[in-house]
Amino acid sequence: MKKAIHRKTILTVLFIVVCVVYLMPIFTVLMNSFKTNSSINTETFAFPNSSTFTGFYNYINGMNFGEYPFLKSAGYSVIITITSSILILVCTSMAAWYISRVNSLVSRIIYYLCVFSMVVPFQMVMFTLAKTAHTLHLDTPFTIPVIYLGFGAGLAVFMFAGFVKGIPLEIEEAAAIDGCGPLRTFFLIVFPMLKPVLISVGVLEIMWIWNDYLLPYLVLDRTLYKTIPIHIQYLQGSYGHVDLGAVMALIIISILPIIVFYLSAQKFIIKGVVEGAVKG
Amino acid sequence: MKSRTKSSSAALSAKLIRRPIQRCFPIFLLPTFAAFCIGFIYPFGKGVYLSFCKFTTTSNATWIGIGNYIKAFNDASFMHAFKYTALVAIVSLIVINVLAFAVAYALTRGVKGSNIFRTVFFMPNLIGGIVLGYIWSMIFDGILSHYGTSIVLSTTYGYWGLIILMAWQQIGYMMIIYIAGLQSVPGDMLEAAKIDGANGWQSLFKITIPTIMPSITICTFLTLTNSFKLFDQNFVLNGGQPFVFMADGTVIKSTEMLALNIYNTFYLNANSRGVGQAKAVMFFVLVAAIALIQFSATRKREVQQ
Repeated sequence: MKKAIHRKTILTVLFIVVCVVYLMPIFTVLMNSFKTNSSINTETFAFPNSSTFTGFYNYINGMNFGEYPFLKSAGYSVIITITSSILILVCTSMAAWYISRVNSLVSRIIYYLCVFSMVVPFQMVMFTLAKTAHTLHLDTPFTIPVIYLGFGAGLAVFMFAGFVKGIPLEIEEAAAIDGCGPLRTFFLIVFPMLKPVLISVGVLEIMWIWNDYLLPYLVLDRTLYKTIPIHIQYLQGSYGHVDLGAVMALIIISILPIIVFYLSAQKFIIKGVVEGAVKG
Repeated sequence: MKSRTKSSSAALSAKLIRRPIQRCFPIFLLPTFAAFCIGFIYPFGKGVYLSFCKFTTTSNATWIGIGNYIKAFNDASFMHAFKYTALVAIVSLIVINVLAFAVAYALTRGVKGSNIFRTVFFMPNLIGGIVLGYIWSMIFDGILSHYGTSIVLSTTYGYWGLIILMAWQQIGYMMIIYIAGLQSVPGDMLEAAKIDGANGWQSLFKITIPTIMPSITICTFLTLTNSFKLFDQNFVLNGGQPFVFMADGTVIKSTEMLALNIYNTFYLNANSRGVGQAKAVMFFVLVAAIALIQFSATRKREVQQ
Protein backbone atom coordinates (compact mmCIF):
# COMPACT_ATOMS: atom_id res chain seq x y z
CA MET A 1 0.00 0.00 0.00
CA LYS A 2 2.72 2.38 1.03
CA LYS A 3 4.62 1.50 -2.12
CA ALA A 4 1.57 2.34 -4.29
CA ILE A 5 1.20 5.77 -2.72
CA HIS A 6 4.89 6.37 -3.18
CA ARG A 7 4.58 5.53 -6.87
CA LYS A 8 1.63 7.87 -7.31
CA THR A 9 3.61 10.75 -5.84
CA ILE A 10 6.52 10.09 -8.19
CA LEU A 11 4.08 9.96 -11.11
CA THR A 12 2.45 13.24 -10.07
CA VAL A 13 5.82 14.98 -9.79
CA LEU A 14 6.82 13.58 -13.15
CA PHE A 15 3.64 14.95 -14.70
CA ILE A 16 4.22 18.38 -13.23
CA VAL A 17 7.65 18.44 -14.86
CA VAL A 18 6.26 17.22 -18.18
CA CYS A 19 3.50 19.83 -18.08
CA VAL A 20 5.96 22.63 -17.46
CA VAL A 21 8.02 21.41 -20.44
CA TYR A 22 4.82 21.13 -22.45
CA LEU A 23 3.95 24.76 -21.79
CA MET A 24 7.46 25.97 -22.54
CA PRO A 25 6.81 26.94 -26.17
CA ILE A 26 3.96 29.27 -25.24
CA PHE A 27 5.90 30.63 -22.31
CA THR A 28 8.92 31.28 -24.53
CA VAL A 29 6.81 33.29 -26.95
CA LEU A 30 5.33 35.28 -24.07
CA MET A 31 8.80 35.98 -22.69
CA ASN A 32 10.16 37.02 -26.07
CA SER A 33 7.26 39.34 -26.73
CA PHE A 34 8.74 41.60 -24.03
CA LYS A 35 12.27 41.52 -25.40
CA THR A 36 14.17 43.55 -27.96
CA ASN A 37 14.40 42.25 -31.48
CA SER A 38 18.09 41.46 -31.47
CA SER A 39 17.94 39.43 -28.26
CA ILE A 40 15.16 37.13 -29.53
CA ASN A 41 17.45 35.50 -32.05
CA THR A 42 20.55 35.30 -29.90
CA GLU A 43 19.16 34.49 -26.46
CA THR A 44 15.79 32.93 -27.22
CA PHE A 45 15.47 31.18 -23.89
CA ALA A 46 16.80 33.87 -21.57
CA PHE A 47 14.53 35.90 -19.33
CA PRO A 48 14.25 39.54 -20.30
CA ASN A 49 16.82 41.58 -18.35
CA SER A 50 17.39 45.29 -17.94
CA SER A 51 19.04 45.68 -21.34
CA THR A 52 16.66 43.47 -23.33
CA PHE A 53 13.34 44.28 -21.64
CA THR A 54 11.16 46.57 -23.74
CA GLY A 55 7.87 46.55 -21.85
CA PHE A 56 4.87 46.73 -24.11
CA TYR A 57 6.78 48.32 -26.99
CA ASN A 58 6.38 45.21 -29.19
CA TYR A 59 2.64 45.15 -28.56
CA ILE A 60 2.17 48.81 -29.45
CA ASN A 61 4.53 48.53 -32.40
CA GLY A 62 2.91 45.31 -33.62
CA MET A 63 -0.50 46.94 -33.84
CA ASN A 64 0.50 49.10 -36.79
CA PHE A 65 3.42 47.12 -38.12
CA GLY A 66 3.25 46.19 -41.79
CA GLU A 67 0.99 48.85 -43.35
CA TYR A 68 -2.15 47.07 -42.25
CA PRO A 69 -3.53 47.63 -38.76
CA PHE A 70 -3.66 44.40 -36.78
CA LEU A 71 -6.96 45.34 -35.16
CA LYS A 72 -8.56 45.43 -38.58
CA SER A 73 -7.44 41.86 -39.25
CA ALA A 74 -8.61 40.81 -35.80
CA GLY A 75 -11.97 42.48 -36.44
CA TYR A 76 -12.43 40.63 -39.72
CA SER A 77 -11.43 37.36 -38.02
CA VAL A 78 -14.10 37.93 -35.38
CA ILE A 79 -16.78 38.89 -37.93
CA ILE A 80 -16.03 35.92 -40.20
CA THR A 81 -15.86 33.42 -37.36
CA ILE A 82 -19.07 34.52 -35.66
CA THR A 83 -21.26 35.02 -38.74
CA SER A 84 -20.05 31.83 -40.41
CA SER A 85 -20.57 29.73 -37.28
CA ILE A 86 -24.08 31.06 -36.71
CA LEU A 87 -24.98 30.59 -40.36
CA ILE A 88 -23.67 27.03 -40.32
CA LEU A 89 -25.47 26.14 -37.08
CA VAL A 90 -28.86 27.47 -38.17
CA CYS A 91 -28.84 26.37 -41.81
CA THR A 92 -27.32 22.91 -41.42
CA SER A 93 -29.47 21.97 -38.42
CA MET A 94 -32.57 22.86 -40.45
CA ALA A 95 -31.28 20.91 -43.41
CA ALA A 96 -30.39 17.92 -41.25
CA TRP A 97 -33.87 17.91 -39.71
CA TYR A 98 -35.42 17.98 -43.18
CA ILE A 99 -33.15 15.17 -44.37
CA SER A 100 -33.92 12.92 -41.40
CA ARG A 101 -37.66 13.54 -41.38
CA VAL A 102 -38.32 13.51 -45.12
CA ASN A 103 -37.00 10.21 -46.33
CA SER A 104 -37.01 10.95 -50.05
CA LEU A 105 -34.47 10.26 -52.76
CA VAL A 106 -33.36 13.90 -52.77
CA SER A 107 -32.73 13.77 -49.02
CA ARG A 108 -30.69 10.63 -49.31
CA ILE A 109 -28.62 11.96 -52.20
CA ILE A 110 -27.83 15.18 -50.34
CA TYR A 111 -26.99 13.26 -47.18
CA TYR A 112 -24.55 10.97 -48.97
CA LEU A 113 -23.01 13.93 -50.80
CA CYS A 114 -22.44 15.54 -47.39
CA VAL A 115 -20.77 12.39 -46.06
CA PHE A 116 -18.69 12.24 -49.22
CA SER A 117 -17.59 15.87 -48.86
CA MET A 118 -16.03 15.07 -45.47
CA VAL A 119 -13.26 13.00 -47.04
CA VAL A 120 -12.39 15.56 -49.72
CA PRO A 121 -9.23 17.51 -48.85
CA PHE A 122 -9.30 21.26 -49.41
CA GLN A 123 -6.53 21.13 -52.04
CA MET A 124 -8.91 19.25 -54.31
CA VAL A 125 -11.29 22.19 -54.62
CA MET A 126 -9.14 25.18 -53.64
CA PHE A 127 -8.53 26.61 -57.10
CA THR A 128 -12.04 26.21 -58.47
CA LEU A 129 -13.60 27.27 -55.17
CA ALA A 130 -11.61 30.51 -55.10
CA LYS A 131 -12.56 31.23 -58.71
CA THR A 132 -16.25 30.52 -58.01
CA ALA A 133 -16.15 32.79 -54.98
CA HIS A 134 -14.66 35.64 -57.00
CA THR A 135 -17.21 35.22 -59.79
CA LEU A 136 -20.10 35.34 -57.34
CA HIS A 137 -18.53 38.18 -55.29
CA LEU A 138 -18.36 36.04 -52.22
CA ASP A 139 -14.86 37.37 -51.53
CA THR A 140 -15.57 39.81 -48.69
CA PRO A 141 -15.71 39.06 -44.94
CA PHE A 142 -19.46 39.63 -45.09
CA THR A 143 -20.14 37.14 -47.86
CA ILE A 144 -17.45 34.51 -47.17
CA PRO A 145 -19.80 32.81 -44.62
CA VAL A 146 -21.65 31.38 -47.63
CA ILE A 147 -18.43 29.64 -48.71
CA TYR A 148 -17.85 28.36 -45.18
CA LEU A 149 -21.43 27.10 -45.07
CA GLY A 150 -20.94 25.32 -48.37
CA PHE A 151 -17.58 23.75 -47.64
CA GLY A 152 -18.33 23.03 -43.97
CA ALA A 153 -21.87 21.71 -44.46
CA GLY A 154 -20.85 18.07 -44.71
CA LEU A 155 -19.64 17.44 -41.18
CA ALA A 156 -22.32 19.66 -39.60
CA VAL A 157 -25.21 18.01 -41.46
CA PHE A 158 -23.77 14.60 -40.63
CA MET A 159 -23.51 15.36 -36.91
CA PHE A 160 -26.95 16.98 -36.69
CA ALA A 161 -28.64 14.21 -38.68
CA GLY A 162 -27.11 11.58 -36.43
CA PHE A 163 -28.58 13.30 -33.39
CA VAL A 164 -32.00 14.04 -34.90
CA LYS A 165 -32.47 10.33 -35.67
CA GLY A 166 -32.43 9.70 -31.92
CA ILE A 167 -35.18 12.21 -31.14
CA PRO A 168 -38.55 10.39 -30.80
CA LEU A 169 -41.09 11.35 -33.44
CA GLU A 170 -43.90 11.45 -30.89
CA ILE A 171 -42.92 14.89 -29.63
CA GLU A 172 -43.14 16.40 -33.07
CA GLU A 173 -46.37 14.49 -33.77
CA ALA A 174 -47.94 15.94 -30.65
CA ALA A 175 -46.87 19.42 -31.71
CA ALA A 176 -48.31 18.87 -35.19
CA ILE A 177 -51.62 17.63 -33.74
CA ASP A 178 -51.77 20.80 -31.67
CA GLY A 179 -51.48 22.79 -34.88
CA CYS A 180 -47.81 23.68 -34.86
CA GLY A 181 -46.34 24.23 -38.34
CA PRO A 182 -42.92 22.88 -39.34
CA LEU A 183 -41.14 26.19 -38.73
CA ARG A 184 -42.50 26.61 -35.22
CA THR A 185 -42.01 22.91 -34.49
CA PHE A 186 -38.38 23.20 -35.49
CA PHE A 187 -37.46 26.41 -33.71
CA LEU A 188 -39.54 25.96 -30.55
CA ILE A 189 -39.25 22.22 -30.04
CA VAL A 190 -36.47 20.56 -32.04
CA PHE A 191 -33.83 23.29 -31.97
CA PRO A 192 -33.68 23.51 -28.14
CA MET A 193 -33.32 19.73 -27.98
CA LEU A 194 -30.29 19.92 -30.26
CA LYS A 195 -28.35 21.84 -27.63
CA PRO A 196 -25.57 19.28 -27.03
CA VAL A 197 -24.80 18.91 -30.76
CA LEU A 198 -25.19 22.65 -31.31
CA ILE A 199 -22.40 23.18 -28.78
CA SER A 200 -20.20 20.48 -30.30
CA VAL A 201 -20.67 21.65 -33.88
CA GLY A 202 -20.33 25.28 -32.79
CA VAL A 203 -17.01 24.63 -31.08
CA LEU A 204 -15.72 22.70 -34.08
CA GLU A 205 -16.69 25.41 -36.54
CA ILE A 206 -15.31 28.23 -34.38
CA MET A 207 -11.96 26.49 -33.95
CA TRP A 208 -11.77 25.65 -37.66
CA ILE A 209 -12.71 29.08 -39.00
CA TRP A 210 -10.68 31.10 -36.47
CA ASN A 211 -7.51 29.17 -37.31
CA ASP A 212 -8.17 28.68 -41.01
CA TYR A 213 -5.52 30.11 -43.27
CA LEU A 214 -5.71 28.80 -46.82
CA LEU A 215 -9.41 29.23 -47.51
CA PRO A 216 -9.66 32.92 -46.57
CA TYR A 217 -6.22 33.53 -48.10
CA LEU A 218 -7.39 32.26 -51.48
CA VAL A 219 -10.98 33.49 -51.34
CA LEU A 220 -10.74 36.97 -49.80
CA ASP A 221 -9.56 40.03 -51.69
CA ARG A 222 -6.23 40.16 -49.86
CA THR A 223 -5.41 43.79 -50.51
CA LEU A 224 -8.54 44.83 -48.63
CA TYR A 225 -9.18 42.07 -46.13
CA LYS A 226 -6.95 40.01 -43.89
CA THR A 227 -7.62 37.64 -41.03
CA ILE A 228 -5.26 37.00 -38.12
CA PRO A 229 -3.52 33.95 -39.64
CA ILE A 230 -3.12 35.76 -42.97
CA HIS A 231 -1.80 38.82 -41.17
CA ILE A 232 0.82 36.87 -39.20
CA GLN A 233 1.90 34.88 -42.25
CA TYR A 234 2.11 38.11 -44.27
CA LEU A 235 4.36 39.81 -41.70
CA GLN A 236 6.73 36.87 -41.55
CA GLY A 237 6.63 35.90 -45.17
CA SER A 238 6.93 39.05 -47.19
CA TYR A 239 9.27 41.27 -45.23
CA GLY A 240 13.00 41.15 -45.80
CA HIS A 241 13.67 42.25 -42.26
CA VAL A 242 11.13 40.77 -39.89
CA ASP A 243 10.30 42.51 -36.65
CA LEU A 244 10.36 39.34 -34.54
CA GLY A 245 9.32 41.12 -31.37
CA ALA A 246 6.17 42.44 -33.01
CA VAL A 247 5.36 39.00 -34.40
CA MET A 248 5.78 37.45 -30.94
CA ALA A 249 3.44 40.05 -29.47
CA LEU A 250 0.85 39.43 -32.19
CA ILE A 251 1.07 35.67 -31.66
CA ILE A 252 0.33 36.20 -27.97
CA ILE A 253 -2.59 38.48 -28.78
CA SER A 254 -4.01 35.97 -31.24
CA ILE A 255 -3.77 32.92 -28.96
CA LEU A 256 -4.97 34.74 -25.85
CA PRO A 257 -8.68 34.68 -26.85
CA ILE A 258 -8.40 30.97 -27.64
CA ILE A 259 -6.86 30.20 -24.26
CA VAL A 260 -9.46 32.27 -22.40
CA PHE A 261 -12.25 30.64 -24.44
CA TYR A 262 -10.75 27.23 -23.74
CA LEU A 263 -10.30 27.71 -20.00
CA SER A 264 -13.83 29.08 -19.60
CA ALA A 265 -15.59 26.35 -21.57
CA GLN A 266 -13.07 23.54 -21.40
CA LYS A 267 -15.54 20.69 -20.96
CA PHE A 268 -17.58 21.61 -24.02
CA ILE A 269 -14.57 22.32 -26.17
CA ILE A 270 -12.86 19.01 -25.53
CA LYS A 271 -16.15 17.17 -26.04
CA GLY A 272 -16.96 19.10 -29.21
CA VAL A 273 -13.59 18.84 -30.84
CA VAL A 274 -13.23 15.14 -30.12
CA GLU A 275 -16.80 14.24 -31.09
CA GLY A 276 -16.37 15.77 -34.51
CA ALA A 277 -13.41 13.60 -35.32
CA VAL A 278 -14.66 10.40 -33.77
CA LYS A 279 -17.96 10.56 -35.58
CA GLY A 280 -16.50 11.87 -38.80
CA MET B 1 -48.48 3.83 -29.15
CA LYS B 2 -48.11 0.05 -29.13
CA SER B 3 -51.73 -0.57 -30.05
CA ARG B 4 -51.35 1.39 -33.23
CA THR B 5 -50.28 -0.79 -36.17
CA LYS B 6 -47.05 0.03 -37.89
CA SER B 7 -48.53 1.05 -41.23
CA SER B 8 -51.14 3.40 -39.84
CA SER B 9 -48.51 4.97 -37.58
CA ALA B 10 -46.28 5.53 -40.59
CA ALA B 11 -49.17 7.02 -42.53
CA LEU B 12 -50.03 9.32 -39.65
CA SER B 13 -46.46 10.51 -39.21
CA ALA B 14 -46.21 11.04 -42.96
CA LYS B 15 -49.31 13.21 -42.88
CA LEU B 16 -48.35 15.06 -39.71
CA ILE B 17 -44.61 15.36 -40.08
CA ARG B 18 -43.27 14.49 -43.47
CA ARG B 19 -45.56 16.35 -45.84
CA PRO B 20 -45.66 19.68 -44.03
CA ILE B 21 -41.86 19.66 -43.80
CA GLN B 22 -41.56 18.70 -47.43
CA ARG B 23 -43.64 21.74 -48.34
CA CYS B 24 -41.10 23.88 -46.50
CA PHE B 25 -38.24 22.66 -48.67
CA PRO B 26 -37.21 26.21 -49.74
CA ILE B 27 -36.76 27.27 -46.12
CA PHE B 28 -35.16 24.19 -44.63
CA LEU B 29 -33.02 22.62 -47.28
CA LEU B 30 -32.49 25.15 -50.02
CA PRO B 31 -30.06 27.58 -48.28
CA THR B 32 -27.68 24.81 -47.24
CA PHE B 33 -28.06 23.01 -50.55
CA ALA B 34 -27.37 26.16 -52.58
CA ALA B 35 -24.28 26.99 -50.52
CA PHE B 36 -23.19 23.36 -50.72
CA CYS B 37 -23.39 23.56 -54.51
CA ILE B 38 -21.34 26.77 -54.56
CA GLY B 39 -18.82 25.69 -51.95
CA PHE B 40 -18.43 22.04 -52.76
CA ILE B 41 -20.31 20.30 -55.58
CA TYR B 42 -19.53 22.73 -58.39
CA PRO B 43 -15.85 23.29 -57.44
CA PHE B 44 -15.40 19.54 -57.04
CA GLY B 45 -16.95 18.68 -60.40
CA LYS B 46 -15.12 21.48 -62.15
CA GLY B 47 -11.89 20.39 -60.45
CA VAL B 48 -12.22 16.85 -61.78
CA TYR B 49 -12.95 18.23 -65.25
CA LEU B 50 -10.03 20.66 -65.16
CA SER B 51 -7.62 17.88 -64.23
CA PHE B 52 -8.00 16.71 -67.83
CA CYS B 53 -7.41 20.18 -69.24
CA LYS B 54 -4.65 22.67 -69.88
CA PHE B 55 -5.53 25.99 -68.27
CA THR B 56 -4.30 29.05 -66.42
CA THR B 57 -7.73 30.30 -65.37
CA THR B 58 -10.99 28.41 -65.31
CA SER B 59 -12.23 30.12 -68.48
CA ASN B 60 -9.43 29.17 -70.88
CA ALA B 61 -9.41 25.42 -70.37
CA THR B 62 -8.76 23.09 -73.30
CA TRP B 63 -9.23 19.34 -73.05
CA ILE B 64 -6.00 17.36 -73.25
CA GLY B 65 -6.97 13.99 -71.77
CA ILE B 66 -4.75 12.27 -69.23
CA GLY B 67 -1.63 14.28 -70.09
CA ASN B 68 -1.69 16.05 -66.72
CA TYR B 69 -1.72 12.76 -64.85
CA ILE B 70 1.23 11.45 -66.82
CA LYS B 71 3.14 14.66 -66.12
CA ALA B 72 2.26 14.43 -62.43
CA PHE B 73 3.57 10.87 -62.25
CA ASN B 74 6.78 11.89 -63.97
CA ASP B 75 7.23 14.84 -61.63
CA ALA B 76 10.14 13.94 -59.35
CA SER B 77 9.14 16.55 -56.77
CA PHE B 78 5.65 15.04 -56.49
CA MET B 79 7.03 11.56 -55.96
CA HIS B 80 9.47 12.92 -53.42
CA ALA B 81 6.64 14.73 -51.62
CA PHE B 82 4.67 11.49 -51.54
CA LYS B 83 7.54 9.54 -50.00
CA TYR B 84 8.31 12.31 -47.54
CA THR B 85 4.66 12.56 -46.50
CA ALA B 86 4.47 8.80 -45.98
CA LEU B 87 7.62 8.93 -43.86
CA VAL B 88 6.21 11.76 -41.73
CA ALA B 89 2.87 9.97 -41.46
CA ILE B 90 4.31 6.66 -40.26
CA VAL B 91 6.76 8.07 -37.73
CA SER B 92 4.32 10.65 -36.35
CA LEU B 93 1.66 7.94 -36.11
CA ILE B 94 3.89 5.82 -33.90
CA VAL B 95 5.29 8.69 -31.82
CA ILE B 96 1.94 10.37 -31.21
CA ASN B 97 -0.01 7.23 -30.43
CA VAL B 98 2.56 5.66 -28.13
CA LEU B 99 3.02 8.87 -26.15
CA ALA B 100 -0.69 9.71 -26.08
CA PHE B 101 -1.50 6.21 -24.85
CA ALA B 102 1.21 6.34 -22.21
CA VAL B 103 -0.04 9.68 -20.91
CA ALA B 104 -3.67 8.52 -20.94
CA TYR B 105 -2.75 5.27 -19.18
CA ALA B 106 -0.82 7.10 -16.47
CA LEU B 107 -3.54 9.71 -16.00
CA THR B 108 -6.23 7.06 -15.47
CA ARG B 109 -4.18 5.44 -12.69
CA GLY B 110 -5.24 8.03 -10.14
CA VAL B 111 -2.62 10.74 -10.54
CA LYS B 112 -3.49 13.76 -8.43
CA GLY B 113 -4.72 16.75 -10.42
CA SER B 114 -5.20 14.75 -13.60
CA ASN B 115 -7.76 17.30 -14.80
CA ILE B 116 -5.16 20.05 -14.83
CA PHE B 117 -2.74 17.84 -16.76
CA ARG B 118 -5.46 17.01 -19.24
CA THR B 119 -6.19 20.70 -19.77
CA VAL B 120 -2.53 21.46 -20.38
CA PHE B 121 -1.95 18.60 -22.82
CA PHE B 122 -5.02 19.42 -24.86
CA MET B 123 -4.33 23.14 -25.19
CA PRO B 124 -1.87 23.14 -28.15
CA ASN B 125 -4.56 21.49 -30.24
CA LEU B 126 -6.54 24.72 -30.32
CA ILE B 127 -3.74 26.83 -31.73
CA GLY B 128 -3.87 27.26 -35.49
CA GLY B 129 -1.28 25.74 -37.80
CA ILE B 130 0.22 29.05 -38.92
CA VAL B 131 0.82 30.30 -35.38
CA LEU B 132 2.09 26.87 -34.30
CA GLY B 133 4.59 26.91 -37.13
CA TYR B 134 5.98 30.29 -36.09
CA ILE B 135 6.17 29.37 -32.41
CA TRP B 136 8.24 26.30 -33.21
CA SER B 137 10.39 27.83 -35.90
CA MET B 138 11.36 30.49 -33.33
CA ILE B 139 12.20 27.80 -30.77
CA PHE B 140 14.13 25.54 -33.15
CA ASP B 141 16.07 28.46 -34.55
CA GLY B 142 16.74 29.64 -31.01
CA ILE B 143 18.44 26.30 -30.32
CA LEU B 144 20.02 25.72 -33.72
CA SER B 145 21.49 29.20 -34.07
CA HIS B 146 23.96 28.26 -31.33
CA TYR B 147 25.26 25.55 -33.64
CA GLY B 148 25.37 27.86 -36.64
CA THR B 149 22.46 26.28 -38.48
CA SER B 150 18.72 26.74 -38.87
CA ILE B 151 15.58 24.67 -39.32
CA VAL B 152 15.36 25.75 -42.96
CA LEU B 153 18.93 24.65 -43.71
CA SER B 154 18.74 21.02 -42.72
CA THR B 155 16.46 18.25 -43.97
CA THR B 156 17.05 16.16 -40.84
CA TYR B 157 16.23 18.95 -38.41
CA GLY B 158 13.29 19.98 -40.58
CA TYR B 159 11.93 16.45 -40.48
CA TRP B 160 12.26 15.91 -36.73
CA GLY B 161 11.14 19.45 -36.09
CA LEU B 162 7.89 18.74 -37.88
CA ILE B 163 7.46 15.48 -35.96
CA ILE B 164 7.98 17.29 -32.64
CA LEU B 165 5.54 20.02 -33.67
CA MET B 166 2.89 17.50 -34.69
CA ALA B 167 3.38 15.49 -31.51
CA TRP B 168 3.03 18.62 -29.41
CA GLN B 169 -0.14 19.53 -31.20
CA GLN B 170 -1.87 16.16 -31.34
CA ILE B 171 -0.85 14.17 -28.23
CA GLY B 172 -3.46 15.89 -26.08
CA TYR B 173 -6.20 15.19 -28.58
CA MET B 174 -5.43 11.49 -28.94
CA MET B 175 -4.96 11.31 -25.16
CA ILE B 176 -8.60 12.39 -24.66
CA ILE B 177 -9.82 9.62 -26.97
CA TYR B 178 -7.62 7.06 -25.19
CA ILE B 179 -8.82 8.21 -21.77
CA ALA B 180 -12.44 7.73 -22.86
CA GLY B 181 -11.51 4.24 -24.05
CA LEU B 182 -9.60 3.36 -20.90
CA GLN B 183 -12.48 4.43 -18.69
CA SER B 184 -14.68 1.84 -20.39
CA VAL B 185 -12.35 -1.03 -19.45
CA PRO B 186 -14.29 -3.03 -16.87
CA GLY B 187 -12.66 -2.70 -13.46
CA ASP B 188 -13.83 -6.06 -12.18
CA MET B 189 -12.08 -7.77 -15.06
CA LEU B 190 -8.77 -6.17 -14.09
CA GLU B 191 -9.46 -7.07 -10.47
CA ALA B 192 -10.13 -10.69 -11.41
CA ALA B 193 -6.93 -10.84 -13.44
CA LYS B 194 -5.01 -9.45 -10.49
CA ILE B 195 -6.44 -12.07 -8.16
CA ASP B 196 -5.53 -14.75 -10.69
CA GLY B 197 -1.96 -13.54 -10.47
CA ALA B 198 -1.60 -11.47 -13.66
CA ASN B 199 1.03 -8.73 -13.39
CA GLY B 200 0.61 -5.17 -14.64
CA TRP B 201 2.04 -5.81 -18.09
CA GLN B 202 -0.04 -8.94 -18.58
CA SER B 203 -3.31 -7.20 -17.81
CA LEU B 204 -2.25 -4.27 -20.00
CA PHE B 205 -1.63 -6.44 -23.05
CA LYS B 206 -4.26 -9.11 -22.44
CA ILE B 207 -7.18 -7.02 -21.19
CA THR B 208 -6.74 -3.27 -21.53
CA ILE B 209 -5.37 -3.04 -25.07
CA PRO B 210 -7.82 -5.54 -26.63
CA THR B 211 -10.72 -3.71 -24.97
CA ILE B 212 -9.69 -0.30 -26.28
CA MET B 213 -8.99 -1.47 -29.84
CA PRO B 214 -11.75 0.82 -31.20
CA SER B 215 -9.96 3.85 -29.72
CA ILE B 216 -6.66 2.67 -31.17
CA THR B 217 -8.24 2.33 -34.62
CA ILE B 218 -9.73 5.82 -34.44
CA CYS B 219 -6.50 7.45 -33.27
CA THR B 220 -4.38 5.59 -35.82
CA PHE B 221 -6.46 6.78 -38.72
CA LEU B 222 -6.85 10.28 -37.32
CA THR B 223 -3.10 10.77 -37.06
CA LEU B 224 -2.67 9.25 -40.50
CA THR B 225 -5.15 11.59 -42.22
CA ASN B 226 -3.86 14.56 -40.21
CA SER B 227 -0.36 13.91 -41.53
CA PHE B 228 -1.47 13.45 -45.12
CA LYS B 229 -3.53 16.63 -45.10
CA LEU B 230 -0.94 18.69 -43.21
CA PHE B 231 -0.36 22.05 -44.88
CA ASP B 232 -0.10 25.11 -42.61
CA GLN B 233 2.62 23.73 -40.32
CA ASN B 234 4.72 22.48 -43.22
CA PHE B 235 4.23 25.75 -45.10
CA VAL B 236 5.38 27.88 -42.18
CA LEU B 237 8.00 25.76 -40.43
CA ASN B 238 10.28 25.33 -43.43
CA GLY B 239 8.18 25.68 -46.59
CA GLY B 240 9.97 22.77 -48.22
CA GLN B 241 13.45 24.13 -47.56
CA PRO B 242 16.26 23.22 -48.07
CA PHE B 243 15.92 22.97 -51.85
CA VAL B 244 17.98 20.48 -53.83
CA PHE B 245 18.84 21.43 -57.40
CA MET B 246 19.03 18.39 -59.67
CA ALA B 247 21.29 18.06 -62.71
CA ASP B 248 18.38 18.24 -65.15
CA GLY B 249 17.21 21.57 -63.74
CA THR B 250 14.37 20.32 -61.57
CA VAL B 251 14.14 21.45 -57.98
CA ILE B 252 13.37 18.97 -55.21
CA LYS B 253 12.03 20.68 -52.11
CA SER B 254 13.34 18.22 -49.59
CA THR B 255 10.80 18.82 -46.80
CA GLU B 256 7.77 19.50 -48.97
CA MET B 257 4.68 17.42 -48.22
CA LEU B 258 1.88 16.52 -50.63
CA ALA B 259 -0.53 19.35 -49.82
CA LEU B 260 2.22 21.95 -50.10
CA ASN B 261 3.49 20.40 -53.32
CA ILE B 262 0.03 20.73 -54.85
CA TYR B 263 -0.27 24.32 -53.64
CA ASN B 264 3.13 25.20 -55.16
CA THR B 265 2.25 23.51 -58.44
CA PHE B 266 -0.84 25.72 -58.63
CA TYR B 267 0.47 29.06 -57.52
CA LEU B 268 4.21 29.23 -58.22
CA ASN B 269 3.74 28.62 -61.92
CA ALA B 270 0.43 29.39 -63.64
CA ASN B 271 1.32 27.08 -66.55
CA SER B 272 1.36 23.98 -64.40
CA ARG B 273 -2.14 24.39 -62.99
CA GLY B 274 -3.50 21.46 -64.98
CA VAL B 275 -0.83 19.24 -63.44
CA GLY B 276 -1.64 20.72 -60.03
CA GLN B 277 -5.29 19.82 -60.43
CA ALA B 278 -4.39 16.30 -61.53
CA LYS B 279 -2.19 15.96 -58.44
CA ALA B 280 -5.07 17.25 -56.33
CA VAL B 281 -7.39 14.57 -57.73
CA MET B 282 -4.84 11.86 -56.91
CA PHE B 283 -4.39 13.36 -53.47
CA PHE B 284 -8.14 13.22 -52.96
CA VAL B 285 -8.28 9.56 -54.04
CA LEU B 286 -5.51 8.74 -51.57
CA VAL B 287 -7.15 10.52 -48.63
CA ALA B 288 -10.56 9.05 -49.50
CA ALA B 289 -9.04 5.57 -49.69
CA ILE B 290 -7.60 5.93 -46.19
CA ALA B 291 -11.00 7.11 -44.94
CA LEU B 292 -12.71 4.16 -46.63
CA ILE B 293 -10.33 1.65 -45.04
CA GLN B 294 -10.95 3.33 -41.68
CA PHE B 295 -14.69 3.13 -42.20
CA SER B 296 -14.66 -0.57 -42.99
CA ALA B 297 -12.23 -1.28 -40.12
CA THR B 298 -14.46 0.40 -37.54
CA ARG B 299 -17.59 -1.15 -39.08
CA LYS B 300 -16.16 -4.67 -38.88
CA ARG B 301 -15.28 -4.23 -35.23
CA GLU B 302 -18.76 -2.96 -34.42
CA VAL B 303 -20.29 -6.06 -35.99
CA GLN B 304 -18.04 -8.34 -33.96
CA GLN B 305 -19.00 -6.80 -30.66
